[in-house]
Amino acid sequence: MIAVWRGLSWRQRALITLFFAALVLAPLIADRYLVSVLTLILYFAYVGQAWNLMMGYAGQLSLGHALYVGLGAYAAALLWIYAGIGPWLGVLAAILIATAFGAFIGWLGFRFGVEGVYFALLTIAFAEFTRIAFDHLSFAGGSGGLFLPYEQRRLGEWWNLRGGQLVFYYTALLLATAAVIVVARLTRSRLGYHWLAVREDEAAARALGINAFRAKMAAVMISAGMTAVGGVFYAFYYNNLFPGQIFDISRSIEIILAPIVGGLGTIFGPVIGAFVLTPLGESLITITERFGINAPGVKAVFYGAVLMVIIFLRPSGVWPWLAGVLGVSERKP
Amino acid sequence: MWSIYLNVVVQGVLTGLIYGLMALGLSVIFGVVRVVNFAHGEFAVVAMYATFVLFKTLGLDPLLVVLPIAAAFFIVGFLLQTVLINSFVERPEHEQFILLVGVAIIVVNVLLMIFGPDTQPTNLSYAFDSYLVGPLIIDKVRIYSAVAALVIAAGLFAFFRFSRVGIAIRACADNLVGAAVVGLNVKRLYALTFGLGLACVGAAGTLMVMIADAAPSLGPAYTLLAFIIVIIGGLGSMAGALVGGVLIGVSEALAGFLIEPSMKSMFSFALLIAVLVLRPQGLMGRRL
Repeated sequence: MIAVWRGLSWRQRALITLFFAALVLAPLIADRYLVSVLTLILYFAYVGQAWNLMMGYAGQLSLGHALYVGLGAYAAALLWIYAGIGPWLGVLAAILIATAFGAFIGWLGFRFGVEGVYFALLTIAFAEFTRIAFDHLSFAGGSGGLFLPYEQRRLGEWWNLRGGQLVFYYTALLLATAAVIVVARLTRSRLGYHWLAVREDEAAARALGINAFRAKMAAVMISAGMTAVGGVFYAFYYNNLFPGQIFDISRSIEIILAPIVGGLGTIFGPVIGAFVLTPLGESLITITERFGINAPGVKAVFYGAVLMVIIFLRPSGVWPWLAGVLGVSERKP
Repeated sequence: MWSIYLNVVVQGVLTGLIYGLMALGLSVIFGVVRVVNFAHGEFAVVAMYATFVLFKTLGLDPLLVVLPIAAAFFIVGFLLQTVLINSFVERPEHEQFILLVGVAIIVVNVLLMIFGPDTQPTNLSYAFDSYLVGPLIIDKVRIYSAVAALVIAAGLFAFFRFSRVGIAIRACADNLVGAAVVGLNVKRLYALTFGLGLACVGAAGTLMVMIADAAPSLGPAYTLLAFIIVIIGGLGSMAGALVGGVLIGVSEALAGFLIEPSMKSMFSFALLIAVLVLRPQGLMGRRL
């Protein structure tokens, strides 16, 4: 972490410090609504970062990351409901389960040469498969949903993620910050360089003696585990889980929007992407409601258009361009 | 007892032929243009709604509007490829994917805004008529739509095998550089191919209305269905798409009958996973 910090220019350090301080102090001036939007932004920055690790650095396209969110969410929620085990322990189970699933999907894909679009379809297939399975798991609530009990007496237990808005805001901030540090650290590690080599040219990487299979497996497993933590947060923040929502392919797409718009394979891309997209979506809802249009599809149509425009005009994302303007471009690893 | 199973299987085969026609469109596009049409099922649903509207307002039978709708979809596909997708053909896979995901999201949500989330049934006058063939009870709508699907698919086969343009398109798929060297206008052939692919899905959507109710949420489901069929049948293999469609149709029908209708697509996904692992090139595909 210190090594990463040392590698930054003073401008970068100053901007990061300012940005972080602003987020820490934000609840002092922000109202409830703004804090909830910020929480959502940080959540998407976090899961986006986890996806970015796999796609942006290791070059493996997953369109089924909702699977890991859902598995993490259900694992922690079920432990909490049935055994009274809090999320701080439940998160370990969540990571374990999601990592195991990620390992299985990765193994299936990479062992049998299922690559690119085919691999993406494999990830979708698993997410959909699990969605339908959870629809029929009665102990997990089935399609009727799983609800975390809301107990007045537990509201102070912030360590169990039972508390007010600020508990969730700072948890999300912690997660997003940790993800940035972990990814920054990993990309400057041996494994990180292996990922880049595999992403750019797998055959060449193999020829250099890099174990491409292991590098890709590591990427899937780390990404799955990280995403599951986001799922635990999701479960305790929203207190209700529906297979049709949490495992849905639209959720997987929602996760990948921020890193793509922000900039694939950059450390701050997912963060910037989340800070661009979520407020845009929120304000769009407000505006359409003000005009008396209550159409559920407006926000999604807008997202679709943003996706197309961004990928058409700036396929490398907003952040590389913005960083250039601010004079804080990330060192190309 | 066995006659019940036979009925279920025949029903699955007939439904599967429409699935196959839909998947054929995807297969043709991917086989030639090498772009994954992630908005495929969404276009099928657009065709379903178009048919529904024509039936409700003008009282036109779906069988009458198959060709007009297919022609309209051909033009849409041609324009889409010319304006948008041709500039993405050389770009990385994930960028193409995201472009079409954007198209899919817009299409499905515009439908949602216009028609609402509820299913819209098209009540044909002969919806409940059926033929008795020995122990079989075959719904009139199913046999009509399946035969229509088969005829359209056969037409496409013939087009690719015998017409000059069809042969030129196959040349693009086989050897892009060679096709360009002998002077074929690859971009235009790509546009034609995308148009043909959408014509297939337009026709399939129109026929689908006869056996299923239109709903926006069907879009992503049909996209996945088409992908599953194409991968099971073998990408780039036109016959494979039909075979895969029939296979999925039967598997869905049997799973729906024996276990539970809501779990039927789980079996399709399981089949997909098995095929990806055991025979990634698909049942009838060449090794890629």
